[in-house]
Parts: sequence; structure tokens; C-alpha cells
Amino acid sequence: MKSKLTFWKVVFVILMAAGIYATFVRFTRGLGPTTNLTDQFPWGIWVGFDVLCGVMLAAGGFTLTAAVHIFNLKRLQPIVRPTVLTAFLGYLLVSVALMFDLGRPYRIWHPLIMRNPHSVMFEVAYCVMLYTTVLALEFSPIVLERFHLHRAMKIIHGAVIPLVIIGVLLSTLHQSSLGSLYLIMPEKLHPFWYSPLLPVFFFISAIAVGLAMTIFESSLSSKYFGRELEIGILRELGRVLAVVLCVYAVLRFEDLFHRGVLGKMLQPSYEMTLVWLELALALIVPLALLSVPKIRNSANGLYVAAVMVLLGFITNRLNVSITGLESSAGVHYIPRWTELAITVAITASGLAVFSLAVKYLPIFPVPEARTVPSTREAVIPVPVLDNAGD
Amino acid sequence: MSKALLYDATLCIGCKACEQACADHNKLPYTTAIGAEEKQSDHKYTVVLTKGEHFMRRLCMNCLDPACASVCPVGALRKTSAGPVIYEEGRCMGCRYCMAACPFGVPKYEWGKVLPRVRKCTMCPDRVAAGQPTACAEACPTGATKFGERDELIAEARQRIHDNPEKYLDHIYGLTEVGGTSVLLLSGVAFEQFGYRAELPGDPLPMLTYRVLSRIPDIIPLGGVLLGGVWWITHRRKEVAAAEGPRNNAQNGTSKRRRDEE
Repeated sequence: MKSKLTFWKVVFVILMAAGIYATFVRFTRGLGPTTNLTDQFPWGIWVGFDVLCGVMLAAGGFTLTAAVHIFNLKRLQPIVRPTVLTAFLGYLLVSVALMFDLGRPYRIWHPLIMRNPHSVMFEVAYCVMLYTTVLALEFSPIVLERFHLHRAMKIIHGAVIPLVIIGVLLSTLHQSSLGSLYLIMPEKLHPFWYSPLLPVFFFISAIAVGLAMTIFESSLSSKYFGRELEIGILRELGRVLAVVLCVYAVLRFEDLFHRGVLGKMLQPSYEMTLVWLELALALIVPLALLSVPKIRNSANGLYVAAVMVLLGFITNRLNVSITGLESSAGVHYIPRWTELAITVAITASGLAVFSLAVKYLPIFPVPEARTVPSTREAVIPVPVLDNAGD
Repeated sequence: MSKALLYDATLCIGCKACEQACADHNKLPYTTAIGAEEKQSDHKYTVVLTKGEHFMRRLCMNCLDPACASVCPVGALRKTSAGPVIYEEGRCMGCRYCMAACPFGVPKYEWGKVLPRVRKCTMCPDRVAAGQPTACAEACPTGATKFGERDELIAEARQRIHDNPEKYLDHIYGLTEVGGTSVLLLSGVAFEQFGYRAELPGDPLPMLTYRVLSRIPDIIPLGGVLLGGVWWITHRRKEVAAAEGPRNNAQNGTSKRRRDEE
């Protein structure tokens, strides 16, 4: 265990060193020498992966807080904190990535005073900004608890329902709007992905990914942080995930059918390979796995299905934002190593911060505390406020 | 009312005087090497393309309802009532959504600079405001690029096609493309050969996103009430429990039922 940790520390240091070098190149020499972006292909992996996938992978935050606080599924309570932490870190990392991608990052605040309400990007900017604030507040009880600031906790605690509702609304808006970004490119985005339903697809898949991410994370943290696996909860999530995937699959099929592109999906092409890869990873294989009771009820089966869903929808986001645009642009975009180095370093620092937070903050419930009637924010102290949560 | 340019490829002799005039007006370098570059870039806002004996200009179309202006989160790009689509570089934060959205691939970026700007033809807004033609139209020795009122230029283009139907395609490019543009093109050969997309929708592209965005003010109160309502319903048991004293044994049954509903 100890040597393994040291190995990962070495890897981490190497990745961070590469990232710092790439950062230096980015801010001293500009986007041209750092990226393979061109006038024909102005958005690359920082938009496609760091922003689109980053926001999508952080969707567990609104999915789970809605399930627990709005739909009153209090059994999911023990995994709210790690999920909110992931979401909060996710949005912070998206903001960091934006600082790399924007040509003039020091003007990132401009949308605050220079408003264009007709711009999807403007709406996304506002939602992401406000939702990151909501996540900070949702996360704050954990920090406050660590420092025994019970009065402040009580205030946040009282505001939890409105906060969750605002968070769900903001997430609904910007998760779908990341799809709406591409509505303006009907002549550029390949018909496998361009659809008037893009915002709906982005929203439903964000819920699926939120659930898959929660399963993924719970599995990993039981492995690496030595906490008990809440297999009962994961089975519940697995079922919900299967239903959400089915809904998405039916809608996606109907959309492809009505737009008359199903035939094209059988004619070999670059896009055909990619769309089938995406559909296989995101829908076909996970649904096949989840339809077998033995797999659906096993920790490993759920874990594998969740990973497939994550990879599948990452492929989907990259298809929409990168590969689906290549044909019309007439170029192939392959990220430069410095672009990848920055993306990897941002991701690695997120993981590092997560494990530090787990170490120093009460993220996971203490085993014996779980028998204590839990309150709204998986909070162990201030039980006076809330008799048994439900 | 609104100014426009009419470029008639059949009158063009490929002298590239428009390129030179454009560079001069925008204070850009113009050398033989730059003149030979056959694409628009951060240092070349207009280009005369050559295919055999046919020529075609490429420049910003200055759309009537421009995608670039509609997507810009900070309003750095703007359609003016006079015609030009202008760029206020002090606002731009460099998200490059304009480049991703433009159906003509017009906006270019200063990739080599640490503090880059978006670059494109802005239809000489200073000259147009002063009642002068654009630099390219003024420099054109054959009248291939003509500056004037959009309505009058359309009428003239129609007349030219009518008078010489064998010389022209029966298509004024920019009349209806993406809702119409302030640059109109006439040609004897297909526009696609020169990179102009053939199948552009007749509706302005911003409609596609605005249709979705305009629903947001309705979604917020609706969603808020819906979520609050669900919370109110699902937490009824708590009120009952408070009134009757805690009864925990029924807990699993109800929460399971609710989970299945989702």
C-alpha cells in the first residue's frame, strides 16, 4: 500500500511538472504555440473535454441533492457529501480550464457587466457562476462542521431546500444549454449529432452521468479510502440509471428516425464508427449489463456498467464538440501534447484535492454515526433541528 | 436604409486591388507573398480566389441577423443599422464562439499573440458612417464590387441576371442565405467551388438558439413551483410524524415507493 502510494505520488509530480511547463508556454506564448487549434477548428479538447465533460461529470451534485432533499430519498443521504464535493471541485476545475481556453482570461468577468441575453454562452456563464456559488454553500456545512461553527451551520441548514431547488434549476438550464451551444451550427455539426433536441439529450444524459458518477465514486472510495460500500444504495441507483438510459435511448432513436439518418448509420464512415462506439458504450452495453439481475445486483457489475456509461457519454460530448465538426471543417483535430498536459494536470489536481478533502474533512460518514438518525445535509451534529429527517 | 456590397464575379479581373485597399484601410501589411495567400486570415480580411478563369471574393458577409453577434456572450460583435457588423475588441474575452458559429467561417483569430483578438472585415464602418463607399468598392477598377443601398443593389443584381441569363447563375447569394446578408454575390459558376456553403437555411441562425433561450424565463418559475411542490408532497410524512409522534417502522415502505417513481 505504501509503495503504491509513493508510485502514484511520483506519477502525480511528473504530470504536474508537465502541466506547469505547458501552462508557462500557454501564458507566455499564446494559444497558437500551445494548441493545435486553428481558424477552421477554434474549439478543441479544453472546450470538448474540460468544459463539456467536466460539467457533465459534475452532474451528480444536482441529481443526488434533488433525490435526497426534494424526492425525500433519505437512504441516499450517506453519499451526498462526497457527491457534492465532486460537483464543487468539478465546477472549480471547469473554471480553471476556462482560464486556459479563453484568449483573454483576465476578462472572464466581462459577462457580469456586458450582457447579451441572446447568447447561449452568456446564459451558461451566469448559470455556472451561480451554481458554483450554490455548490460552495451546499458544501460549506462540511467545512463549518470541521471547525465546529454550529451557528453558521444552522443558517445554511435552514436554507438547504431553497438552495437545492435553485441548484437543480440552474443545473437544468446550463446542462441543457451546453447542448444548445451547438444549435447554431446546423450546417457544421454532423447529422448524427445535430438535432433540435440537443439540449434535451444533454440534460437527460447529465442525469444518467450523475448517477453513474455516484456509483463510480462510491465504488472507488470504498476501494481507496477503505469505507464500507453502500451496495443497497448503489443497487437503487443502478435501477434508476437503467430507466434513465432507456428513456434516452428511445428518444435518441426516435430523433434519428424522424430526421431520417438511421440509414446513414449503416454506411461505413468515420462518423459511423464514432456514433456506434458512443451508442455501444453509453447505451447498448450498460443496458445489457443492467438487464441481468446477477450483474445489476453485484458491486463489480454496477461498477463496470457505470464506467461504460461515463466513457460512452464522454464519447458523446467529444463527438458533438470535436469529431462531429471535423468533416465540415475539412480538418482533423488532434490535440497537441501541451493541451493534453494541461487537461491531465487539471484532472490530477482535482483528484489530489479530493483525497486531501477526504483526509481532513468529514466527507464520509463515520460508521457508527450511520445508525444515528441523519439530518438533511448528512450532518451528524445539530440533530436537535430535525427529528430523523423523514 | 442599410448599406451593402454587390460583388459580381463576372466583372472581376482578379487584380486584387480590393485586397490592397482593404489592407491599407485596416493598417495591415500587404506584400506579394500576402497577396498570393488564398485564404482569409488574421492579416487578410478579404481574398480574391482564382479557379481557372473564374474569380470569387471572400469577405465577411455582414449578415442581417449575424450568428456571431447573437452568440457573443459579451456583445463584442454587433450589427449596426448602417449595415456593417462591427467588433469592439475591448469587450472580447476570447471564447471564440463567433468563430464556431459563423456559417461562412469568417472570424479569424490571432493565434500567435499572447493577447489575441478576433479579426474580420467589418465593412469599413468609419467610411460608411462618413457616407463613403468601403475601401474595396472604391478601389475596384471594373465595378465588380459595388457599394450602395441593399434594396437598390438587389434590384440591380436581378436586372443583370435578367439581361444576361446565360452569363449568370439564377442565384443572388446572400439574398436569402441565413436570413440575408449585406454582401451579395453574383457568379457564372457554382459558389460552392469557392467555399460558400450551398444548403444554408433561409432563416437566420440565431432563431435556432433563441427559440430555446426565450423559454428560460418561463422555465424558472415553473420548475421552482414543481420542485417545491414535490418537496411539499414528499415531506408530508414529517409533518404527520411531528403531529403524531415519531413512527419509524413505516419508513422503508414509503421511501421505496417514492424511489420507484423516479
